[in-house]
Amino acid sequence: MEAFINEFPEVLQAFGYTVLLFLCSGVLSLIGGTILVAMRVGPIAVLNKAAATYVTLVRNTPLLMVFFFFQFAAPKIGINLKFVDVHIGSFDFTSFFATAVVALTLYTSTFVCEALRSGVNAVPLGQAEAARAIGLPFSGVMREVVLPQAFRASVPPVASTLIALLKNTSVAAVFGVLEAAAQMKIMTNNHADERWGIFLGVALLYVVLVELVSLVAISFERRWRIA
Amino acid sequence: MAAGVLFDAPGPKTVARHRIYTIISLVVIVAALAFAVKRLADAGQFAYALWEPFVTPQYLTALLEAWLDTIIMAVLSVLGAVVFGVVFGISKLSDHRPVRWVSWLVVEFFRAVPVIMLMIFCFYAVFGDMPIARGAFWSVVLALTLYNGAVLAEVFRAGVNAVPRGQAEAAYAIGMRKAQVMNIVLLPQAVKIMIPAIISQCVVALKDTSLILIVFGIGLTKIAKQLPLSFNNIVPTTIVVAACYIVTNLVLTWLANYVQRKFVGEKKVLQVSMVADVGEAKTTL
Repeated sequence: MEAFINEFPEVLQAFGYTVLLFLCSGVLSLIGGTILVAMRVGPIAVLNKAAATYVTLVRNTPLLMVFFFFQFAAPKIGINLKFVDVHIGSFDFTSFFATAVVALTLYTSTFVCEALRSGVNAVPLGQAEAARAIGLPFSGVMREVVLPQAFRASVPPVASTLIALLKNTSVAAVFGVLEAAAQMKIMTNNHADERWGIFLGVALLYVVLVELVSLVAISFERRWRIA
Repeated sequence: MAAGVLFDAPGPKTVARHRIYTIISLVVIVAALAFAVKRLADAGQFAYALWEPFVTPQYLTALLEAWLDTIIMAVLSVLGAVVFGVVFGISKLSDHRPVRWVSWLVVEFFRAVPVIMLMIFCFYAVFGDMPIARGAFWSVVLALTLYNGAVLAEVFRAGVNAVPRGQAEAAYAIGMRKAQVMNIVLLPQAVKIMIPAIISQCVVALKDTSLILIVFGIGLTKIAKQLPLSFNNIVPTTIVVAACYIVTNLVLTWLANYVQRKFVGEKKVLQVSMVADVGEAKTTL
């Protein structure tokens, strides 16, 4: 535990990267997931198929392979993020960080898409039929009846997805971002006799983060619940 | 999709408009694909030399062996996870408060800690004395057993809770004891609806076996890491390795759906949310 306490500033810095990765790719994958689900449930069969194919392929690929592609393979075919080089305070946003955000976003978008879709599917058909029957136009059916219910139903699965994303940011450790898991690996190697303390310390901070996200999700769910 | 929740059946005008959208999106999709293929071709990634190892028996055998390794790791860890899940899932339903608390703590801990950290820890602290490859193998199995076990514990608990309450009440009423109620009445009914969830968890386990790359490449990640060193063919290797994972996972998903249809019917797939309280209240009621 001593090493963990001595190097606590480094650990906090590393968790800073974890949180930044989570926030950046979280926002982007919510946007990406919304676009995907719009294609997926929309009336255009071609877009529907395209989105379904993308989701199936990416969901069944390990996140590590997505990272692997963008880190090592993509530069070979002229896709690289070398131009990203921003430094804010003690944080460096290099191509490694940008690559991690891209990989996490592309991967998580598919799960967000499925979560939102399950929300749409949770709305009973009778709701829309009743809304049409009382004469609401398409916009009214959507705005007043279908989307509010779909949105509420998709809060828990989206929250699960975001928690998974928070944990998945640790894959960036393999590809050159010094976030929590990478910091833990370095400390584990430097202080061989304190592995348990280091592991438990970093793990506890992770548990705190996960609980935080899940508390926020629960409070949103409570606030938006109707009855 | 005639008259879903979202749309009415389209009229003639809408059909015409949709046809235009279809054509536009087809053009965009084809253009994007063509661009990707052109990028690959321009970079010379279709050269036979780069793909040669995947038709050379020697390397093909290595690939298949690595594939098998990955599958074995996933299978072992899922087997371990089922045991872990049954033990902790049932003890979360225990009548004794301390047992419930301890198992709650264990399950929540392993559900919240990233698998990659578990793997690093297992590799250095638990299997540190083993030869590297074997240590890596067992780190994957142990780490995934703990993580997936924690997830499955929740699945088991939700599964047992999903059995109608009258079943347990009736079993108690005819004089069964606690263990009998669980073993004879609740578990057999719960297992049936849990099988698809367990198979879906296999997909997660299979994908997560790749995370061991942070300490040592083993299974398919070994191929991804080593093959490009001798052939300089990282793009084809990435594509082939990813395809191996995808094919395996698609087979598993198909299996899960088949089992779901066969044993559970049209009922909803058992889903366990990461945000416990509120979501669960709905599934159990």
